[in-house]
Amino acid sequence: MLVYFLRRLGQSLIAIIVMAILVFIGVYAIGNPVDILINPEATQREIDATMQRLGLDRPLWEQFFIYFGNLLQGDFGRSFVYGQPAMEIILQRLPATLELAFVALVIAIVFGIPLGVIAGLKPDTVLGKSIMGGSILGFSLPNFWQGLMLILIFAVLLGWLPAGGRGPTTEVLGIRVSFLTWEGLRHLILPAVNLALFKMALVIRLARAGTREVLLLDYVKFARAKGLSERRVITVHVLKNIMIPVVTVLGLELGSMIAFAVVTETVFSWPGMGKLLIDSINLLDRPVIVGYVMLTVFIFVFINLTVDLVYSGLDPRVRAGMRNE
Amino acid sequence: MSDTVIEVRDLRTHFFTRAGVLPAVDGVSFSVRRGEVLGIVGESGSGKSVTGLSILGLVDAPGRIVGGEIMFRGRNLTELTSHELRAVRGHQIAMIFQDPMMTLNPVLRVSTQMIEAVRAHEKVSKAEARQRARDALGRVGIPSPDERLDAYPHEFSGGMRQRVAIAIALLHSPDLIIADEPTTALDVTIQAQILAEVQKLATETGMALIWITHDLAVVSSLADRIAVMYAGRIVEDGPAPQVLSAPLHPYTVGLIGSVPSRNRRGAELAQIPGMTPSLLDLPEGCAFRPRCPRALDQCRQPQPMRLLKPRQEARCCNPHLEPLEVTG
Repeated sequence: MLVYFLRRLGQSLIAIIVMAILVFIGVYAIGNPVDILINPEATQREIDATMQRLGLDRPLWEQFFIYFGNLLQGDFGRSFVYGQPAMEIILQRLPATLELAFVALVIAIVFGIPLGVIAGLKPDTVLGKSIMGGSILGFSLPNFWQGLMLILIFAVLLGWLPAGGRGPTTEVLGIRVSFLTWEGLRHLILPAVNLALFKMALVIRLARAGTREVLLLDYVKFARAKGLSERRVITVHVLKNIMIPVVTVLGLELGSMIAFAVVTETVFSWPGMGKLLIDSINLLDRPVIVGYVMLTVFIFVFINLTVDLVYSGLDPRVRAGMRNE
Repeated sequence: MSDTVIEVRDLRTHFFTRAGVLPAVDGVSFSVRRGEVLGIVGESGSGKSVTGLSILGLVDAPGRIVGGEIMFRGRNLTELTSHELRAVRGHQIAMIFQDPMMTLNPVLRVSTQMIEAVRAHEKVSKAEARQRARDALGRVGIPSPDERLDAYPHEFSGGMRQRVAIAIALLHSPDLIIADEPTTALDVTIQAQILAEVQKLATETGMALIWITHDLAVVSSLADRIAVMYAGRIVEDGPAPQVLSAPLHPYTVGLIGSVPSRNRRGAELAQIPGMTPSLLDLPEGCAFRPRCPRALDQCRQPQPMRLLKPRQEARCCNPHLEPLEVTG
């Protein structure tokens, strides 16, 4: 077990280092940030001075080693735009994104599972077919377009909900959250639904496939033969079994919701990490971009590592495989 | 016949598939008396399992009961609402299934699955239901039932799991238990234990038992009466010793002949030529006709059930009425 853990940890570190190199080269290739940052009427001397101050006049390999050395000390550099440490700026935005992602996750589960189970119970009815048709739309329509349509319908046409922004926040344990006030909640609904739609479609499909599979099994028939109500058969015997794949997939998807809320946050001007990333790319704020991508890499590596370890705890076959290695 | 527990009359359960209508059960009639064990024997696809499921209204779509009556305690089960039928299931008629690995829900504790079965029919406290569950486990011979109650199904062996399923079936002391191949998935020694256990419980409680199986050896040691099914119909019905030693229908003769026996050691094992016909394309008249060594021209006509010997009926126009040397 320990050997397995150490090996997985080593693999994770290698993944992070490789990503650090790729990210650095990729960001370097985007363009010279000074062209955007500085007043267009600045003289060449001023430009040179700025380049020197930011360390952009040194050769690529030298810049890389400075960057990598700092990275090892947990220093992502200062934002070119805000002048503050990059990671600090990113982490300031993290709660907004986390809140959005968790609310979206809750929406995906609360609506996705019942809809999927209904579709699984009545696959040949109009209702079942409509749910599946809807989930195809959730899958295939582009996220930004879904967001624009939500704004068009609920903010512009109906005027029920605000079109963007975060609204007022309340501080809980030093973290600013929106969902505690009605006004904050109103701001939260549309972006959360937008972020949830794709995951919801995924949950619907998983729940439907699981339900159809489980319904044919003998233990469901036996549960019915015991004289249990249909309600108990579905909500206990079927639901508990289909939750295993749903939880597995959603655990993995949570990472991607946190990291890639970019589109939703941009469409709804939600002041989270994703919005920050887009703004930073527009301004070529390298330390923030690098910091964001590295944080994302770290989140994914961490989640995957955790999932692997949890699996080895849950499934005896995974443990046996580890011993054979 | 006041002690008749259940009487099935002309039951028809058909499956409406894209390829056509499958008459899985097509005019099955039988009755079971108190304390009696009826063995329903047949090959896979003969409709024996669907017969059992039909009684409890558990046939899945696209199948449904299209005709016949199932008289139980003065009521026709085919006419009950789903709510009324639910009150019968597990309470007055219980069912045990083939694979004990599959009949218990793998993610729920045994205690949960037993307590919910108690409380589905009786308004008792959880503690009382638990007590009942523990007693039931003890009755079917599970050692230290108190500790085993909170285990998950995978912590039991196959035989123990089937005992748990039987304990669940016994919880409400039903009038009738339908057992659908409950020992097929178990190895022979466990099979014998379970059979002995069930036999003991049946005589003790006086409940009726319908034992569905393809295994003649199992019914021969357990059943009072045997009904042989072929292609959705009962082709022979009679007292077990009589059916086994002097079968009437050529299909029954073939079935018995294909079981290895000590009396015919060294002789080649007989087999029934051909295969079970597709239910979509049944031969007219007797469905066994194309495989039957005694087929006559009149077998093309529909064959009614005929009482050919005392209490022994068969659906055949050329039955084995002469003494046979085949002994089981």
